[in-house]
Amino acid sequence: MSDTHASSVAFVRETAIEPAPPPATETGLIKWVRENLFSSTMNSILTVLSILAVYYLLTLLLPWIMNGVWDASSIRECREKLDGATGGCFAVLAERWHQLVFGRYPQDSYWRPMLAFVLMFAAFAPVLFSNLPRKLLIGTALFPFVAYWLVWGGSVLVPVAVLLGFVAGYLVYSRLVDQSFAMGFVGGVVAAILFWWASGFVVTEDASFMSLPAVESRDIGGFMLNLILGVVCLSVSLPLGIALALGRQSSMPIIKFFSVIFIEFIRGVPLITLLFVANVVLAYFLPPGSNFDLILRVMIMITLFASAYIAEVIRGGLAALPRGQYEAGDSLGLDYSQSMRLIILPQALKISIPGIVNVAVGLFKDTTLVSVISMFDLVGMVRGPILASTDWNGVYWELFGFAALLFFVFCYGISQYSQWLERQLQTDHR
Amino acid sequence: MAMTDTAPARTDANISDEIAISIENMNKWFGTFHVLRDIDLTVNRGERIVICGPSGSGKSTLIRCINALEEHQKGKITVDGTVLSSDIKNIDTIRSEVGMVFQHFNLFPHLTILENCTLAPIWVRKTPKREAEETAMHFLTKVKIPEQANKYPGQLSGGQQQRVAIARSLCMRPRIMLFDEPTSALDPEMIKEVLDTMIELAEEGMTMLCVTHEMGFARQVANRVIFMDEGQIVEQNEPEEFFNNPKSDRTKLFLSQILGH
Repeated sequence: MSDTHASSVAFVRETAIEPAPPPATETGLIKWVRENLFSSTMNSILTVLSILAVYYLLTLLLPWIMNGVWDASSIRECREKLDGATGGCFAVLAERWHQLVFGRYPQDSYWRPMLAFVLMFAAFAPVLFSNLPRKLLIGTALFPFVAYWLVWGGSVLVPVAVLLGFVAGYLVYSRLVDQSFAMGFVGGVVAAILFWWASGFVVTEDASFMSLPAVESRDIGGFMLNLILGVVCLSVSLPLGIALALGRQSSMPIIKFFSVIFIEFIRGVPLITLLFVANVVLAYFLPPGSNFDLILRVMIMITLFASAYIAEVIRGGLAALPRGQYEAGDSLGLDYSQSMRLIILPQALKISIPGIVNVAVGLFKDTTLVSVISMFDLVGMVRGPILASTDWNGVYWELFGFAALLFFVFCYGISQYSQWLERQLQTDHR
Repeated sequence: MAMTDTAPARTDANISDEIAISIENMNKWFGTFHVLRDIDLTVNRGERIVICGPSGSGKSTLIRCINALEEHQKGKITVDGTVLSSDIKNIDTIRSEVGMVFQHFNLFPHLTILENCTLAPIWVRKTPKREAEETAMHFLTKVKIPEQANKYPGQLSGGQQQRVAIARSLCMRPRIMLFDEPTSALDPEMIKEVLDTMIELAEEGMTMLCVTHEMGFARQVANRVIFMDEGQIVEQNEPEEFFNNPKSDRTKLFLSQILGH
């Protein structure tokens, strides 16, 4: 072979020809369009129809948005400015945004709920993202009290006393829990109640130590009210729902009985009925003259309602776990609370995420139902003070469109987070 | 006909006179179905017992009664000197002394291999995390998969998962190990790696009760083979005698079926 040289043969190839580029139909945009939009006759027809539908919608919507009037003081002025052309009257949003967002909250104190809103993200961060340092959870625990103080105002002593009551309860609980869980639980509750009762003498209503101007519950409204109700009710109903789901599975007949009765009763009653109960009927059962805050009553009802649904979603997750997981936990000597906390619930909750998010989004949107019992949340504000005023009577699309957009942004955010979380918790990848 | 309990015949350095498990006249029902009838069994420390028998004969139920995964209704079970009662503290004590390996591994899919192994030592034994991790790595090395420590169970093969399950039990430093058909859910080529691990464990003197159909394993490792049928211990003997010279007809039939192909 060694005598085969370039000089002794007619031709030796020394470089390879560059590979030719594939035909245009096999690359880039054209390929994508062929594969995804026009792969068959039926698909081509559907593609054309969809393009037509989108075009039609945009020809209706775009002029309405682009021509919109942002600067007017009433719907009549809007119409004069538009002079017969298509266009939205968005001036109502510009003029009434503070009512839509804050209700009748005093205008010079808007910074308070805004600050609480910003702090909320900081407080939720360590709960939502497990890779953040765990020490931030202290801030999360303090947030409800800070937020209450910021939004409702009054003396800082009130939320501090409530917080200290919880701390006292926890301390007693951790002392007694070694003897038995029931004893610790009851002891903790009693200690907290005693503390609150005692602190009632120290913290009187007119205590002025570090006081913010108090805001009445009836002045809290707009989208802020929806957010407060949604966040509070969801945060409380999740642990309550877990407890109910475990209670329904319990081998102790009394706990099981009460869990089943509670879940079935609450699920069988429309939320609106519960809200009417909170608004009207509950007042009959309370001692005369007692001033039980309406927002608190509504919160309790929505929380109970949501917890029943969440309990059923989580029960589905618990039922989906193979029995071997319980047995493996048992055979290693883990006790009930350990095996629930470390093995069963992490897996059951992971399975339940889509269902829980479903309930959460539904609950958040259902907070607009409080407008029916004459609370002025976002929808209540639109239907009441704004649409009833002579200036803006008839601006339906713009107002409800705005409400829809606000809710969509938040619900879409929740949904995106849950999908991210599901991907994070996926452990069966190869 | 339940035979009287014979003391281990094989002379064996690992077997001591100390009694690890004693079961006296134990009965169990599932509803009206009488699964276990008058079981009498004494296991000395260091014994390796293989339990075999047709499906539905109650062999799994028997070993599941020992760590109270199943509740027995009549009779007395004593494990490591502790009498099994319905007291939860009592049961938890026994469970932390008795390791169990399941047919379907039952690893915790949401935790890594290392976390699977350290969970119980940290929470039940209150071992410091670092020490628990060292122990876990020691046993993972022993079952020859230390390099998988940070993977999730779903990323491992069946045989690897079962070896992790064995390591997970060993991390609790149990004095008795129960195996409930540990190789039945495995592909043939993975059975050997699990059996090798179990053989190694037996050679170190672990008290083992093993429900299995691996007769080769029984011959090599067991000092006693127990044959069960219809909820009763039909026959028990040392492996050579049991396989070459079975006494009851039921045993002969069973052995001809599983060895005769």
